[in-house]
Amino acid sequence: MPLRAKVASSVSRTAAALSRAAGRGDGSVIGGWIGLKIDPDLLAHLAAGRAIALVSGTNGKTTTTRLAAAAVGVLGKVATNSFGANMPTGHTSALAKAGSTPYAVLEVDEHYLAQVLEATEPHVVALLNLSRDQLDRAKEVAMMAQLWRAALVRHQDIRVVANADDPMVVWAATPPPNHDHRINPPQVTWFSAGQRWHDDSWVCPECGSTIQRSGDQWWCTGCPLRRPQPQWTVEDDGVLDPTGAWHKVSLQLPGKVNVGNAATALAVAAEFGVRPVDAVSRLSSVTSIAGRYAQVERDGRLIRLLLAKNPASWLEAFDMADVAPTLLSINARDPDGLDTSWLFDVDFSPLRGRQVLITGDRAYDLAVRLDVNEVPFQHVRSFDEAVRAVPPGRLEVIANYTAFQDIRAELDRVN
Amino acid sequence: MSTESLRIVWVYPDLLSTYGDRGNALILARRARQRGLPVEVLEVRSDQRLPATADIYLVGGGEDGPQALGAQRLIADGSLHRAVAQGSVVFGVCAGYQLLGNSFFAKGTKCAGLELLDITSDRGETRAVGELAGDIDARLGVPPLSGFENHGGRTHLGPSVSPLARVTAGVGNDGASEGAWRGKLLGTYSHGPALARNPALADLLLRWATGIHQLPPLDDTWPDRLRSERRAAVAAARA
Repeated sequence: MPLRAKVASSVSRTAAALSRAAGRGDGSVIGGWIGLKIDPDLLAHLAAGRAIALVSGTNGKTTTTRLAAAAVGVLGKVATNSFGANMPTGHTSALAKAGSTPYAVLEVDEHYLAQVLEATEPHVVALLNLSRDQLDRAKEVAMMAQLWRAALVRHQDIRVVANADDPMVVWAATPPPNHDHRINPPQVTWFSAGQRWHDDSWVCPECGSTIQRSGDQWWCTGCPLRRPQPQWTVEDDGVLDPTGAWHKVSLQLPGKVNVGNAATALAVAAEFGVRPVDAVSRLSSVTSIAGRYAQVERDGRLIRLLLAKNPASWLEAFDMADVAPTLLSINARDPDGLDTSWLFDVDFSPLRGRQVLITGDRAYDLAVRLDVNEVPFQHVRSFDEAVRAVPPGRLEVIANYTAFQDIRAELDRVN
Repeated sequence: MSTESLRIVWVYPDLLSTYGDRGNALILARRARQRGLPVEVLEVRSDQRLPATADIYLVGGGEDGPQALGAQRLIADGSLHRAVAQGSVVFGVCAGYQLLGNSFFAKGTKCAGLELLDITSDRGETRAVGELAGDIDARLGVPPLSGFENHGGRTHLGPSVSPLARVTAGVGNDGASEGAWRGKLLGTYSHGPALARNPALADLLLRWATGIHQLPPLDDTWPDRLRSERRAAVAAARA
């Protein structure tokens, strides 16, 4: 590593430690920010010599990254940005802090995938899904798929592990069709993890025709784009690998969506030569991730935190949550997106019959939505008030990004 | 009303539903049912024929590609034109507002609109993203518009339409006027579930569709609190 990069890396680690000691944050962003100021190529220098996997998509990337890091850990030490700091500053911090490791599994914000591909030259990139998220500032879904595709065309040597169930991802993962219209180039490994959300992929990104669905299958009515045959699939509470062997997945994380994330993690690890039979037991070591799924007891209430940032992830959260009193908290600060329109893309009716409490900066937007949805609720001004309003026992908390961080801070930054 | 029940058509949810547009159908249906009016909501996908005899048509927002495709299909289908000729109500939001006009721009190309509203849309230099507020045309008798906008278009109104509102915050059509209306056709840049923050506008559409001039009042505690909170937020941002 050049001297400048060494200095930058060292200062980066120190700043991260200071940030944590001062209680200002996880230190997972500030360290990288300072390091990159000293050496703009620091991320590339830190990445050099490591076999790297990148994990990107709208939803599930933090959890899948943690699961993949656990699976790749069969082979040796793995650096990872497990705090969910998923932009280049976070990657820089994570690699600097980890020191020399043979492997790294990095979660990447979908907007930064092209840049991080360039800087880290990964061995494999996992593409999970693309759906509407913070649309007031995020790229529209089709534009994001186009950006991914353009980035991957420049890196055709990279292995891709991609979601066969998401037409936008399939299109992004396959370079422009050649003369014989083959759309399944050999370097892509397809997985199927089940997908509840379909509302962002009714129109073919290739030709603009309607996409038809029937059961698991989907196909474009106007061009050859269709669901590729997945090599990795979820079956019951386990994963079928490309050889047809089934592996039971025992997780400490709730919901079917996390069995799908486990399938993806095993597929990523397999690209490094890890056999699923050797990795699958390690997945149960993953508990909560930066507070997500964390369970905390307070005043006799067993509080569980679920992060839901966009319509697709709300649907998954309702599936994970127990039938128990539920607090919903919504903010619309910069990291959340300023627009709350997406609340009407979520059907809250699964919450009928549960005691529902609402809070957060934008509780009134949620109130109007629940009222229209005929879900009775109670508005509370604070997290403490919510805890007092429910009987002892389970309290599920479902919140979007900054609302989640606010509640996590109330619970002493629980991990 | 055309039949026993109020028929609401959500036009092309497969194409024109980017920002919670479903909300407008849900809100209209609920406010009608709360008045004891039977309601039927039809979601008509772009590969299906649009019925020409519904009472209210909702045309929502969408990305450029789906917007252009939606306009082509609506022109080819022709049912929306027949419905308008028979006095149906049309509520267009964002991309759905633009495509009711003479022309609009999508992916850098000028596209033909439905020519139901005398408006033309082109591209602004900047994208309009943020709170949108305005004083609504007094003839419509509804309180100020409260919404959120997110669009790159600028819309110019011809002589046969009236602006929906005079902008007090945000951009709307051009920074001065927002939306347009003529007869029982109404369009706005207040995107997505625009009626969530504007229950009086929802009731205006219901009055147009049913011909009932005095709809029983509803408990609007939550929409009213939301409107006050947004009004305060807009005022605070300006101060």
